[in-house]
Amino acid sequence: MEMPIPSQGVIARKARVVERLRQVLPDDAVISDERETRAYECDALTAYKCAPMVAVLPYTTQQVSDVLRICHEEGVPVVPRGSGTSLAGGALPTADCVILGVARMNDVIETDYANRIIKVQTGRTNLSVTGAVEEDGFFYAPDPSSQLACAIAGNIAMNSGGAHCLKYGVTTNNLMGVTMVLMDGEVIEVGGGYLDAGGLDLLGLTCGSEGQLGVVTEATLRILHKPEGARPVLIGFDDNEVAGECVSDIIKAGVLPVAIEFMDRPCIEATEAFAKAGYPMCEALLIIEVEGSDAEIDHQLGLISEIAQRHNPVELRQSKSAEESAKIWLGRKSAFGAMGQINDYMCLDGTIPVSSLPFVLKRIKEMSDQFGLKVGNVFHAGDGNMHPLILFDANKPGDLELCEEFGAEILKLCVEVGGCLTGEHGVGIEKRDLMHVQYAYDDLEAQMAVKDVFDPAWLLNPAKVFPLDASETRRAVALAAE
Amino acid sequence: MAITSEEALVDAVKDAAGSISVQGGGTRGLPATGQVVSVAGLQGITLYEPGALTLVAKPGTPVAEIEEALAAENQRLAFEPMDHRGLLGTTGTPTIGGVMAGNISGPRRISVGAARDFLLGVRFVDGRGAVVKNGGRVMKNVTGYDLVKLMAGSFGTLGVLSEVSMKVLPRPETQATLVLHGLEDAAAVAAMARALGSPFEVTGAAHDPATRETALRIEGFEASVSYRLSQLQSLLAGAGAEIEQRDATATQAIWSGIRDVAAFHDGQGDVWRVSCKPSDAPGIAARSGAERWTYDWAGGLIWLRSAAGHDLRAAIGPMDGHATLVRADAQTKARLGVFHPEPAGVARLTAALRAQFDPKGIFNAGQLDRAA
Repeated sequence: MEMPIPSQGVIARKARVVERLRQVLPDDAVISDERETRAYECDALTAYKCAPMVAVLPYTTQQVSDVLRICHEEGVPVVPRGSGTSLAGGALPTADCVILGVARMNDVIETDYANRIIKVQTGRTNLSVTGAVEEDGFFYAPDPSSQLACAIAGNIAMNSGGAHCLKYGVTTNNLMGVTMVLMDGEVIEVGGGYLDAGGLDLLGLTCGSEGQLGVVTEATLRILHKPEGARPVLIGFDDNEVAGECVSDIIKAGVLPVAIEFMDRPCIEATEAFAKAGYPMCEALLIIEVEGSDAEIDHQLGLISEIAQRHNPVELRQSKSAEESAKIWLGRKSAFGAMGQINDYMCLDGTIPVSSLPFVLKRIKEMSDQFGLKVGNVFHAGDGNMHPLILFDANKPGDLELCEEFGAEILKLCVEVGGCLTGEHGVGIEKRDLMHVQYAYDDLEAQMAVKDVFDPAWLLNPAKVFPLDASETRRAVALAAE
Repeated sequence: MAITSEEALVDAVKDAAGSISVQGGGTRGLPATGQVVSVAGLQGITLYEPGALTLVAKPGTPVAEIEEALAAENQRLAFEPMDHRGLLGTTGTPTIGGVMAGNISGPRRISVGAARDFLLGVRFVDGRGAVVKNGGRVMKNVTGYDLVKLMAGSFGTLGVLSEVSMKVLPRPETQATLVLHGLEDAAAVAAMARALGSPFEVTGAAHDPATRETALRIEGFEASVSYRLSQLQSLLAGAGAEIEQRDATATQAIWSGIRDVAAFHDGQGDVWRVSCKPSDAPGIAARSGAERWTYDWAGGLIWLRSAAGHDLRAAIGPMDGHATLVRADAQTKARLGVFHPEPAGVARLTAALRAQFDPKGIFNAGQLDRAA
C-alpha cells in the first residue's frame, strides 16, 4: 500500500510546530520524542506502520480547536485517532503528520432518560457508553466486535456496525448530534436532542467520513431500554446454499431477528479446535438471536425452527437458558481469535445482496484453491455483510502481497454482484485503491467535492479513502501552498 | 418539461438557461420558480428482492404503487411516509422521489428511523449534468462518504434523483393501540417517555390536547401485542388516566390520521412543524402563541396551527430544535422563511455544498432558503 511522500518542509518545521502546540496544551498532551511517537505508528491494520511526527492528546474541544488551527496555519496534515482499533488503517499516520488522539476526552456529559439520549465526549469507548446507563436498564445499540476498546470517535468516523444492527441499525442511525471541529479550528454543532434537523443532513454526511471532514469531540447518542431477554437458536446445514435460502425464508416470513450470524466449515473447524463450543461439523452454521419476553422468544424461535426444519438441517439447537445461549455464542465470538491461532489473517468486510450468498461463497472457495490461501467465512448474514478471513504467513516473503491480491479479488466480486467494498470497517488505506471498482470518476469527484468544502487544504487524514491518483491534484495544492 | 429517462434529465440540466424547479407529484407544497421539470414520468420499480428486504425504484414511482408491491409480499415502508395532500390541499400523486428528497417520515420514525435511514442508495444528476451514484442496494455500506444521507432531505437543491434504493421491512402480524384519557400536556409527554423507555417496543406515541387522548401503538405477532399492551397498561397505571385498548382496524385509522395531521385538514391558519426534545415540547407549545397543537414522536414533533402571518419562531425564542413553516401563503413564507435559521458555521457549509453540487445555482432556487 503506497503512501504519499512525506513533506520535508513540514518535517523541517517540527520544532516550531511542537513549540506552538505546547503553548496551547498541557505538558503531558504533546508527544514529540521519537521513542514515544512509535506508540502511534499503526492501528489494528498492523501490516502498515509509520511513526507520526508528533502526537497530541487534548482534553477539551477548545484544545482540539487550538491544535487544528495551528496545524492549519503551519500546513501540517492531521490524522485523527480514537482508540486505534481500525482494521482499515483509518488512523495510520504519515511521517509528516500530527496524530490527534481523543482518548483522554472520555466523559459522560449528560444522561437524559426522559428523552432517551446520552451526550459523551468521543474518546469514550463504545462499551462504556452502555456501561454508563445499564444500571438503569438502558444500552447503546451499535456493537462492533472491538466494543471493549473502540472509541465513539472512531465509530462515528467509520459508521461502525455490529452483530445486532439488523434490528437496531448502525452508528449513523443512532447518532443524533455532534460537536465537530473543522480543520481551521472552527467549532460547529450539528443536531442535538431532537430528530431530523432541517436543511442538509450534515450529521449523516459526517458519520462515516473517516475523519476527513472534521474532528468530532462530543456526540449525542440514542439509548434504548434493554429488551426483557434474548436467546439464540443454532442451526447446522450440509450446504451453504440451503443455509442462505433459510435466511431468506426467515426474513420473508416476517420474523426480524436481532442477529443472524453465519459461519462456514473452515471457520467452524477452527473455532471448535480453539473454543470447543460443541458446534456440529457441517458446511454452514447459523446463529439466530431474537428478543422479548420468554414467551415471545419461544414463539419466534418456534417459527424460525419451523422454517429451518423445511430445509433439513443437520442440527437445530434452541437455547433454553442463559447458559445455553452463552455456549452457542462462544464459538462465534472466538472465531477471529481461533483463526488467528492458525496463522496471520486478513479480515475483509465486503457486503453483498443476501440473494448472492451461495454464489459468492462458491467463488471464494474456487479462488482460495487458485491462490493457495485458506479462507474462513464468518459474517452477518441478515444484512449480507461478509467477513472472509484469509490466512497467510506474515513471515513468508510475498505472502502478504498474495493475500492482498486475493482480498482485492473477493471485494471486486462483492461489487460485481451488486454489493460494496466495505460494510462496516471503512475504506481507510486498505480499500482506498479499490474505490475505482465501485465508483466512477464522477462518483468520486462528488465525494471529494464535499471534502473541498470542509477542508479546502486537504490536511485532515488526506491519504485515505480516495485513490491517491484521484486525490493527487487536490493534495498537491496543499503542498504547493507551503 | 416532462422527463422520462435519466439521459433526458441530463440534457435538461445541461441545457437549463436559468432556474429549474424539479417536481415529482407536486403534493408537498413547494413553490415552483423558473422552468418546471417534472420527473413524474421517470417511474417504475426496477428491482425488488423481498428476501433481501430491498427495493429499487425510479423517483417518479407513486408511493402507492410501491406500497402495493410491498403489501403483496407482506412488507412495507416502515418509516411510514406522511401524505401531505390533506394538510396542504394539494392534488396529485405522491412519489417516492419526493418522499426521499424531503426526508418525509411518519409516527414510526421514533422507533425505526426516518426516510433517510431507509435510503440505501441513490443515482442523481448534479448541477453540471454529471450522473453520480452513491451507496448501493445493500443494508450495510460505508464505502466512501454518505452522499445518500446528504441527498435525503435536500429538497432537490444538490441534484435531481434518478433512482433510489431502499430498505423495506416485514409487515407485522397485527397492531393495537393503548389510549390514555384526560392527561394534560406535560403528564402526557411524561407518560409517553415512560412507554418509550420501556422494553415493550412502542412504535407510535402521540397526544392530542383537544381530546386529551394519548395514543401508544404496539405492533408484532398477535400474542406479543396482547402481552405488551397489558404490560404497558400496568406500567402506566399510575399516570392517573383512564386507559382503553383499540383493535387493529381502529389502530389503522388513528395512526393514519396522526401521520397526515388530520387535525388541521380544515385549511384554517398557518401550520408549523417543530422538532424538539420531547421533554421541552409542552413549554415550547405553550409559549408559541399557536391556537392549537398536537404532539407526535412522544412529544419530539409538534404540529401547531397559528393565526395567518404569526411569527411562531419569534414567540418561541431560543430552543434546542427547529421550526418549519409548512402551510402559509407565499408572502408569509417569504417573510418568515420556511426553514429555521441555521447557526453561521452550518449555514456557511450548506451554502458551500450547494455551490459545489449546483455551481450555476439552477436547482430549486428558494428551497431551503431562510429568512434573513
